[in-house]
Amino acid sequence: MTEQISTELVSGAQSLVRSLEAVGVEVAFGIPGGAVLPLYDPLFDSSIRHILVRHEQGAGHAAQGYAMATGRVGVCIATSGPGATNLVTPIADAHMDSVPLVAITGQVPSASIGSDAFQEADIRGITMPITKHSYLVTDPSLIARTVAEAFHIASTGRPGPVLVDVSKDALQALTTFDWPTSIELPGYRPVTRPHSKQVREAARMIVEAKRPVLYVGGGVLKARATDELRVLAELTGIPVVTTLMARGAFPDSHPQHLGMPGMHGNVTAVTALQKSDLLITLGARFDDRVTGRLDSFAPGAAVIHADIDPAEISKNRAADVPIVGDCREVIADLVVALQAEHAEGREGDYAGWWKFVDDLRETYPLGYSEPPPGELAPQYVIERLGAIAGSDAIYTAGVGQHQMWAAQYIKYEKPGTWLNSGGLGTMGYAVPAAMGAKVGRPEATVWAVDGDGCFQMTNQELATCALNDIPIKVAVINNGSLGMVRQWQTLFYEGRYSNTDLHSKRIPDFAKLAEAYGCVGLRCDKAEDVDATIEAAMAVTDQPVVVDFAVHQDAMVWPMVAAGTSNDDIKIARDLAPAWDRED
Amino acid sequence: MTKHTLSVLVEDQPGVLARIAGLFSRRSYNIESLAVGPTEHPGVSRMTIVVSVEGSPLEQVTKQLNKLINVIKIVELEPVSSVQRELLLVKVKADLETRSHVLETVQLFRAKVVDVAPDAVTIEATGNAEKLEALLRVLEPFGIKELVQSGRIAMGRGPRSITDRSLRSASDRPA
Repeated sequence: MTEQISTELVSGAQSLVRSLEAVGVEVAFGIPGGAVLPLYDPLFDSSIRHILVRHEQGAGHAAQGYAMATGRVGVCIATSGPGATNLVTPIADAHMDSVPLVAITGQVPSASIGSDAFQEADIRGITMPITKHSYLVTDPSLIARTVAEAFHIASTGRPGPVLVDVSKDALQALTTFDWPTSIELPGYRPVTRPHSKQVREAARMIVEAKRPVLYVGGGVLKARATDELRVLAELTGIPVVTTLMARGAFPDSHPQHLGMPGMHGNVTAVTALQKSDLLITLGARFDDRVTGRLDSFAPGAAVIHADIDPAEISKNRAADVPIVGDCREVIADLVVALQAEHAEGREGDYAGWWKFVDDLRETYPLGYSEPPPGELAPQYVIERLGAIAGSDAIYTAGVGQHQMWAAQYIKYEKPGTWLNSGGLGTMGYAVPAAMGAKVGRPEATVWAVDGDGCFQMTNQELATCALNDIPIKVAVINNGSLGMVRQWQTLFYEGRYSNTDLHSKRIPDFAKLAEAYGCVGLRCDKAEDVDATIEAAMAVTDQPVVVDFAVHQDAMVWPMVAAGTSNDDIKIARDLAPAWDRED
Repeated sequence: MTKHTLSVLVEDQPGVLARIAGLFSRRSYNIESLAVGPTEHPGVSRMTIVVSVEGSPLEQVTKQLNKLINVIKIVELEPVSSVQRELLLVKVKADLETRSHVLETVQLFRAKVVDVAPDAVTIEATGNAEKLEALLRVLEPFGIKELVQSGRIAMGRGPRSITDRSLRSASDRPA
């Protein structure tokens, strides 16, 4: 590795700060502590904006939100032991959702490692299964090279989290700052250029297919391939579905967009996949929440599977045409190959397919039943929020019913406007992720759509937002319970509501809690007040706002494919299957 | 159940064994045997992993292994086109009455006696898994007191080396 030779002596901590500056870090979220104290001293003078959070989990999710909203690497910092272990959840979350994240942790002095020292935890070992890579640095001269490698690994190929654990003595010792000019990782060479033969074969299958679907996953957003996707979709006229991780990758207003497939996808998107004869899979991974029972998923479909991670291809569903590559390059090449097919007079004819799909759309639009009189429908609140805040706003969500409704009822038009915890399903993601997104995109309105359960896991970051001029908005969809778990108890446990009632319409008072945190607190429990309340929240631009929407407790997320069942058994309401099922 | 022998070239970095072992347990793959040692290239170690595949295809195992940053190259070695060896040390009861029979067995299997006590001998044997199993079957009636066996090591037959092309960058890297 070539390095710029430097003779100036700096501390390891200074070298670390200079390294972060050299890779272009603008902002880091973290909390200092004993082992990482040496780093915080030079950080005090750095151009890097450090945002002092209230819990390390908040730092991790904020870094994720920043990364997802900007496409840059998110950075979080924690001390050794409990500081580091508090990062485990966001690191695991970033690993599941392929979020570029670098987590920097202080470690006890190298002489104490392994001695069960105060605040010692083997965080490199702990995070091995949930990181793309992890480092323990005890030699200060290796800090710069390690940081360069960490950012390279986090942001290239399939993005993911990288942990850099640095012992306290390495931070304190003197070294030289030698920024590497190139990175040599013999075991890491992600393939981004797709194989042209495979692409041509895919194009041939596409023009021959009768019932193709573009099955679009989060990889399309990670590859910044949304413009290319639109060209491909419009060139071919093929219906598009976007998974939970890909909402915003294709405009919801586009006539070819069928919406979201999966456990809580709409009937049209789910059925289109089921009845398809060709899945053009782009940066998606056949997650169980999309496929339902795998052996009955899209039984008649051939599979084109493009992904930058070769291990995803044929992991869950065998691919007929595997394409390893960056989605942007794959789609661009596919467009060229399809244009060549078209020039030869071979074009797909999907008219009959569209007739089937359009009938489904007309017969089974997304919808919800009205709540009892005087109660507020959570779906209505979220639908209005999306309509008023618009498609330029960024929406984050926690995990559960509110997340599914936010994925269903907000119309996404642009990439990077929908951030959620898809793979890991981390409750508490919304508020800190919104904070990170707002820091990365301060001009955007950022709404955290949260549940009352999720909100109580990480709302301490409201203090961070209030103190650091990060005016996020939070819509707490408050049904007073762990709503999704309660829904499963309703459906699968005879309505025995074991430990799902949070009583959060009574305790705590969310509006007062918001005020205690220096935020504006609003309340709404009537449909006729929803618009005015959202507009009041939109009018506040200099402070965070929390709106407590007290909603109907028994509202359920539909449609639903129950866990472990086939997508063919989708229900549009309790015990109500789509009519074509009953005709069979 | 199918067994496969994988030769895995890895960067000799701390924690690399833990990463590989962790990956196998996390993804419910079974390691039958594991041997690790240096190669002709400084900074590069070679692991020979015998994996029994049930449920998940071998392709998934190698793809997941390949995702580890410290893994440089993976080659599957087929028994017919490779030399595969294990090392065995076994302590067998051998009193005056049985000793000559035990020593005869040792000779038949081209094994060696490496330690002798009044009522036992320690035998060293190398070979492929089948040969060592056969040896143990013959020794068993005498009484096996203690047994230790190495992981399998393997090398492809012919003039080429698996480190040939893949490693230039790894070995050129300054320590």
